[in-house]
Amino acid sequence: MTVSTSESKYKYIGTRPVRQDGLDKVTGRARFAADLNLPGMQHGIVVRSPHAHAKIVSIDTSKAEAMPGVKAVITAADFPALDPKNPLANISANLMARDKVLYEGHVVAAVAAETRSQARKAAAAVEVQYETLPHVLTVDEAMADGAVVLNEGVITRNAEPPATEPSNVSARTAAERGDLDAGFADADVVIEHEFTTVPVHQGYIEPHAAVADTKQDQTTNIWCSSQGHFRVQSQTAGMLGWEVSQVKVEPAEIGGGFGGKTTIYVEPLAAKLSEKSGRPVKIVMSRDEVFRATGPTSGTKIRVKIGAKNDGTLTAAEAWLAYESGAFPGIWAMLGSWCVFACYDVPNQKVEAFDVLVNKPVCIAYRAPSAPMAAFATETVLDEIAREIGMDPLELRLKNCAKEGDMGPMGAPHPRIGLKETLEAIRDSDHYQSDRPEGIGRGVAAGFWFNIGEQSSAQVTLNANGTAVVATGSPDIGGSRASMSLMAAETLGIEPGRIQPVVGDTDSVGFTDTTEGSRTTFASGMAVTEACKNLIEKLRARAAKMWECEVDEVEWADGEARHTKGENDALPLAAITGAAAKTGGPIAATASVNARGAGAGFSAQVCDLSVDQETGMTTIKRWTTAQDAGTAIHPSYVEGQMQGGVVQGIGWALNEEYIHNADGVMENPGFLDYRVPVASDLPMIDTIVVEVPNPFHPYGVRGVGEVGIVPPIACIANAVNDVAGVRIRNLPISPVRILSALTNGNGNS
Amino acid sequence: MVRVHLGMELRRFTDGVAEVEVEATTVRKLISKLDELYPGIGEHLEGTAVAINGEVIADPIYETVPEAAEVHFVPAPVGG
Repeated sequence: MTVSTSESKYKYIGTRPVRQDGLDKVTGRARFAADLNLPGMQHGIVVRSPHAHAKIVSIDTSKAEAMPGVKAVITAADFPALDPKNPLANISANLMARDKVLYEGHVVAAVAAETRSQARKAAAAVEVQYETLPHVLTVDEAMADGAVVLNEGVITRNAEPPATEPSNVSARTAAERGDLDAGFADADVVIEHEFTTVPVHQGYIEPHAAVADTKQDQTTNIWCSSQGHFRVQSQTAGMLGWEVSQVKVEPAEIGGGFGGKTTIYVEPLAAKLSEKSGRPVKIVMSRDEVFRATGPTSGTKIRVKIGAKNDGTLTAAEAWLAYESGAFPGIWAMLGSWCVFACYDVPNQKVEAFDVLVNKPVCIAYRAPSAPMAAFATETVLDEIAREIGMDPLELRLKNCAKEGDMGPMGAPHPRIGLKETLEAIRDSDHYQSDRPEGIGRGVAAGFWFNIGEQSSAQVTLNANGTAVVATGSPDIGGSRASMSLMAAETLGIEPGRIQPVVGDTDSVGFTDTTEGSRTTFASGMAVTEACKNLIEKLRARAAKMWECEVDEVEWADGEARHTKGENDALPLAAITGAAAKTGGPIAATASVNARGAGAGFSAQVCDLSVDQETGMTTIKRWTTAQDAGTAIHPSYVEGQMQGGVVQGIGWALNEEYIHNADGVMENPGFLDYRVPVASDLPMIDTIVVEVPNPFHPYGVRGVGEVGIVPPIACIANAVNDVAGVRIRNLPISPVRILSALTNGNGNS
Repeated sequence: MVRVHLGMELRRFTDGVAEVEVEATTVRKLISKLDELYPGIGEHLEGTAVAINGEVIADPIYETVPEAAEVHFVPAPVGG
């Protein structure tokens, strides 16, 4: 269902046409990067470290190079050593270790051979001598006195007092407002707890894959799976020491990303192997490699303290957060610190956060990165406060929720936001209004995510029959092509079925930032709308030429030119495009934007679940999620994003975790041992799309892709407590942990 | 005049001052004025985003600032 703050005034926006890429995907015709085969193509295999932390003493590739079918072997010696101040230095060092390996799975070499089997055997023949070093796997270990330091060049940024010695803490983020002590003194109830979470993976179905074809003139064509082919272009060029114009990237269809495909892993390796071998090279990661070497999200340790009056007014809030960033510095604690109290208007608050290096794969974005862990802590403490003062947990949130004009998490006031409407939608839902069945626990939680704008380009080209091609530079990971065609249809006034949306490569459409931060429908949609408006101006001019009148006598409405003086019959689009050769040639328009005014996203959710008292097994019985979409351009894909976020949050809460042994080696790098939810684990996720239009977007769009994953962890923790009477504050909330809590009161070890 | 709000991380340049009013018509001039008032702050501000009357702008250096605007220097977020 949809809850809107105003009546829809649109003809096509808000309808649900079949997505243009749907047929190819359900019939297996869609082309993914691993599907591409070029004449003479070689197969690349990557050599990875078996150690969590070690010096590289030597690498001998001679045996591998002499093996049958082998065309090229590369190591760090084949890439320029980037200055540590170069923004790409850490990415380059992650893709190919030079002096040290920093986690199990870190790349040390790569091989290209005629067959995948030959390449695999040659990779095994690369001889690497290591000198192992002590390793650290958690924020506690990494922040301890005397801990081994991963990178001697890392000195804590913004430390208090200023840091002078290297450490594993790359950055401190702090913010404070009001009078914290007075706020807690004013509270009738103060609750404080510590929470931990473990790294989880984005779990996209399609492993990373790339095909590179490097020519003798040091230009390369790359076909790959990514959320941003322009970023692949710039990062690959940077690591190779080339100009961006030497790298062309063609976006393949993408089989899921969720933030995990916002950086590069194999593309420069394939390009360099192709350069050395003189042949195209394809690298396709195995699932094992995806787990061991691509970005999980951070493991965390978070303490949250909140004070409230007996009437539910929040008086003070304090948080201490430490986030793993993996083997290189990250910004994940900083993001968590912005999100931890973002849903609420708390006058007195203090937040301090630390980004921490550990000997694990480099953390990368995962759907509202860093927000779910912070919300787990805040929303659980709020649940305890609600119980303590005897208040409905949703009413507690409604009483304190952030509204327009309240100070936002980044130090600027919120513009028009829809958290209140989202919470009310859950409160008024059939689900929340229904009685809980016997043996069922109910939990609620809310979540925030920023959403971002950034740069996007679009071009709209008209065919002679009046159909249109809308090209953007945004890879489609969630139905954005359908959304682009709907916004173009609405602007031009033609049926969505007469518009073909495409994703252009780096040579054929203007620069576009990565599909991330729930930005594509917002920012690329803005570019498409602008391009269509530019196109309409051209169409009016062509109609004026055909009518031999002034342009200002022509108006555009419902897909046709109309003569305001009524002296000519209306000209449908196809009549103008059909005559284009006689009026000035092909008709096309472009637009590029650096989109501003991204509207923050909020989600509120309620879940019902049962807990088996004998096994600790949790079964999700019912789930309703409400989210402010601003305007739902294509409601089916908004709902799909909301449902997908919830499902990933459920997996994060109940099952998923990276398990490392004492040597720092991952022990569950596959979907048999790393358990993600499947359809049979879940009920239908009911959705309520709330529409509080974003005033900064021509159609009121807010991003919708991420915030749905934020509330589920706390939602489940609160429901488990509701039915089983145990508070689990360490993830995952697994059967073992629940059973331990039920039997001996200790579910947090 | 433009009202500039300075977050915690900026107040080390301002002796704790949280708000200041300056005369400026663009973000570049605004940063220059702030650097005159609080030496060293300019370099720190050049890479940050701003919110002008609530609208977050990621790369604002050449942006016009309307009279009586409320300006907040904010970090540029990322996403997944």
